[in-house]
Amino acid sequence: MSVVDLNKETAVGHDSHGHHDEHEHHELNFIRKYIFSEDHKVIGKQFLITGLLWAVIGGALSMIFRLQLGLPEASLGWLKPILGHWITSDNKLDPEFYLAAVTMHGTIMVFFVLTAGLSGTFSNFLIPLQIGARDMASGFMNMLSYWFFFVSSVIMFFSLFIETGPAGGGWVIYPPLSALPQAIPGSGLGMTLWLVSMALFIISSLLGGINYITTVINLRTKGMTFDRLPLTIWAFFLTAIIGVLSFPVLFAAALLLIFDRSFGTSFYLSDIYIGGQALDHVGGSPILFQHLFWFLGHPEVYIVLLPALGITSEIISTNSRKPIFGYKAMIGSMIGITFLSFIVWAHHMFVTGMNPFLGSIFMFLTLIIAVPSAVKAFNYITTLWKGNIIFTPAMLFSIGLVSVFITGGVTGIILGNAALDIQLHDTYFVVAHFHLVMGSASFFGFMAGVYHWFPKMFGKMLDEKLGYIHFWLTFAGVYLVFFPMHYQGITGFPRRYYSYTAYEMFGGAYQDLAFFISIAAFITFAGQFIFGFNFFYSIFKGRPATLNPWNSNTLEWTTPIHPEHGNWPGEIPTVYRWAYDYSKPGAEEDFIPQHIPLTETLSSNLPHETDALNGIKITPTH
Amino acid sequence: MNSFLIIIGVLLVLVTLYYLFRVQILASVLKGSYKKRVGVSNKVNAILFPIFFIVMFGSVFLINGTMSKRYLPESASEHGVITDNLFWITMAVISLVVVITHILLFYFPFKYQYDENRRAAFYPEDHKLEYIWTIIPAIVLSVLVFFGWRTWSDITAKAPENAVSLEIMGKQFAWQVRYPGADGIIGKYNFRKIDNKSNEFGMDLADKANFDDFVPREIHIPKGRPVVFKIRAKDVLHSVFLPHFRQKMDAVPGMPTTFWFVPKYTTSEMKEITGNPEFKYELACTEICGRGHFAMRYILVVDEPEDFEKWQKEQQSWLSLNMDYVDQIPTDLRKFIPNYSTEKIDTKVETVVDTTGSKVDSLSNKISFNN
Ligand code: HEM
Ligand SMILES: [Cu+2]
Ligand SMILES: [Cu+2]
Repeated sequence: MSVVDLNKETAVGHDSHGHHDEHEHHELNFIRKYIFSEDHKVIGKQFLITGLLWAVIGGALSMIFRLQLGLPEASLGWLKPILGHWITSDNKLDPEFYLAAVTMHGTIMVFFVLTAGLSGTFSNFLIPLQIGARDMASGFMNMLSYWFFFVSSVIMFFSLFIETGPAGGGWVIYPPLSALPQAIPGSGLGMTLWLVSMALFIISSLLGGINYITTVINLRTKGMTFDRLPLTIWAFFLTAIIGVLSFPVLFAAALLLIFDRSFGTSFYLSDIYIGGQALDHVGGSPILFQHLFWFLGHPEVYIVLLPALGITSEIISTNSRKPIFGYKAMIGSMIGITFLSFIVWAHHMFVTGMNPFLGSIFMFLTLIIAVPSAVKAFNYITTLWKGNIIFTPAMLFSIGLVSVFITGGVTGIILGNAALDIQLHDTYFVVAHFHLVMGSASFFGFMAGVYHWFPKMFGKMLDEKLGYIHFWLTFAGVYLVFFPMHYQGITGFPRRYYSYTAYEMFGGAYQDLAFFISIAAFITFAGQFIFGFNFFYSIFKGRPATLNPWNSNTLEWTTPIHPEHGNWPGEIPTVYRWAYDYSKPGAEEDFIPQHIPLTETLSSNLPHETDALNGIKITPTH
Repeated sequence: MNSFLIIIGVLLVLVTLYYLFRVQILASVLKGSYKKRVGVSNKVNAILFPIFFIVMFGSVFLINGTMSKRYLPESASEHGVITDNLFWITMAVISLVVVITHILLFYFPFKYQYDENRRAAFYPEDHKLEYIWTIIPAIVLSVLVFFGWRTWSDITAKAPENAVSLEIMGKQFAWQVRYPGADGIIGKYNFRKIDNKSNEFGMDLADKANFDDFVPREIHIPKGRPVVFKIRAKDVLHSVFLPHFRQKMDAVPGMPTTFWFVPKYTTSEMKEITGNPEFKYELACTEICGRGHFAMRYILVVDEPEDFEKWQKEQQSWLSLNMDYVDQIPTDLRKFIPNYSTEKIDTKVETVVDTTGSKVDSLSNKISFNN
């Protein structure tokens, strides 16, 4: 049971722990309240702010390498004050720094922004509020989770500035490259810091995940059965399960890599001649690392995506003023995705020399996972059908998510086909695929979530007009940036290339496309500062929020505008219905929040609800 | 000075924008638009979706034409023709899906934008519909995956017996290629035998199959015959990518990999097909391997089979070019060195070889080959 400071409470919740002593007054000091806080809402906001800062850094890194790709002739001397010796004497970007930038961009975006930033923020913030709990199962573990993430962040950030540069072997850190400092300077101290940082990150993620799972299972308020949970919670719950099962494997992979790097073991290394000498390592397999990595890596893409999908389900339903279409199917497909995401990992390895028969198996499994994904997309679209749609910025980002999820997802069908992946693997086609389906979709979900729950987080409203501009600019932007990459990919452009001029087949004719992409990227990135401004401006000067600004059904809107630690000043509301009673025929309003009992909505109750009601009513008379 | 002006300019723009933003807020407050459930913006956003659709798909449609001229020329390998077909068929299917879903996704917001006199339909589920759109994608995917699987199995099947084989090794940051020579066997290697001089492959000179292996500067392969690439890496992962042949495979230290294909067009035929008199088949690295990853270019030439045979005959064996390695060859095997006659070597040299092996330089001058 959560140990929460409930001294502000006036009434006792039905499941509260009865230690409410009105006289026992201990106001938390600033540090306990805002820094080492155990309040899930504060922790959520901590994840949010840290995640946003990381997004700026990760984005800025991509600007640097887009400069190189789009304007290879440009003189980058003006970056010298920031990048120092990574700008060569002829004012060009150092090729090794290019790789480091790509690596750090990937790592930061996948783990720090879209895992910690997205899951960390919204799982923390929303799980207790939406299931009707006073806090997480363990506030202390939750606090630890953030601070492990914080330390991990500090280390990763620090690694950007060391002499030999940060890790530079790609975000997938395949050995032997990542194991041998002789091979690339980033595999020296930079890689060590990467591994340490990621180890801490994994701990953070596990602490968080275990907490989310426990909380959802144990602390749901009365009436909040699993089949009444909002889809956000289902998504966070399943995401946490994926994380808890897959992150330890990455931990193991990283640990073995640390052994290989520092203690002379040969898990991943064999038959290597480098720097003028044959290394002692024999018998290891670089492929083993790839299996371990992608055993996390593929589930990871869903760790990143599912919360965004959950957020979108909630927002699309609320703002279409319509129940989400196929609630059960949505849950079913998420469970399907969760399960399948563990058995498709080797589709990242079709051309690594893995047994082709194994390739066939993974090809079949991979294409199965496209089915639940398709079901989700269709369900979103049908939710819009005959809705009564209000375009809040959150709603716009949610519709945008569905769009990029589809355009990015369908190319997975091509990549999942091993025969076709031979040509496309490690080309820009893959870059286009995952930036749309994972990068953009999850980022849109993230933004949608911030726009939607900002009033609950800060008691203020974000400016809508700026939100609209932000959305349309970003929506057009991601398509302008990532769509053309398909063309590059079909033409064979490999990923992680500093320059394409060495080749005739990737020759000059394509520079126009690269230039175009870069300009679009600069504008899109700059556009994000509209959001940045809106965010910080509104925290301080935004319009005050109302209690339930979007007329939403979920429980978080039953808390005060500025909920204290403990969330509800009085009793925790009991839940009587699912979260999607929007525009129910016979109801007065176009929404019926979850805590409204069936007895108050006689005119709109469905036949089975009426039956249930009668059943309940009859019982006491017997 | 210039940058100072730029900074001032940017600041001015930002300040102006900020005040515009404040005015906009005030105007909204005065108009009372915050009190209404939706404002004009709702209409604007609703209509922007169909407009976005038209602009997006319109420009994709337009750009597809120009881009298709840049795609790689038709596949120069036999299996590539099949995978290209499969690719474009799949592309057509998914494009159709994208277009249809986007028509709905971008039309519904316009059509069903908020109207206070209307109520949304309460339509939480429809099992029939859900079955349909679960089963149809499942069937389409099964068909696609079935053809993909057949093609994949063919491509990855064991290479035919009569295949021409060659070894390619990736290292930071270049490729090296070795041919089996007249005996048709690529000699054994051991990474510990790699040295800083010429034995980059780590050829094990106790294996006589190595004696006639040759190491050319570019890859030559014959048109119309299966060609097997035996792929390995010296230091870190690399990946052999031959875009024109739709073929790719990682080079892994400690784990040899392989692929094979049948080239369809010679380099000169390809010059005609592409209309580019300078056309060359290029090989690229597609696995990040460090600083020079982007520049691991290698040239591949497809010859008519006769020309290939001729070219092969002209190549000098690696050993003949690196005579100083003869001393690593066990004496009893030296008789297997092609065109190499032990008699011609005077006894003085023989002793040098046997005893020290350090005077290799003087030695190599004295050994002679009768070409
Ligand atoms: C329709 C279902 C999907 C299928 C069949 C699919 C298939 C694939 C395949 C086969 C690859 C490997 C391509 C290659 O490296 O050659 C891949 C890469 C990737 N996919 Fe998907 N995908 C799907 C959906 C998703 C989703 C939903 C996400 C993210 C949320 C995602 C994220 C990624 C990422 C990040 C990579 C690249 C990783 C890397 O190599 O760095 N995919 N996908
Ligand atoms: Cu995957
Ligand atoms: Cu490479």
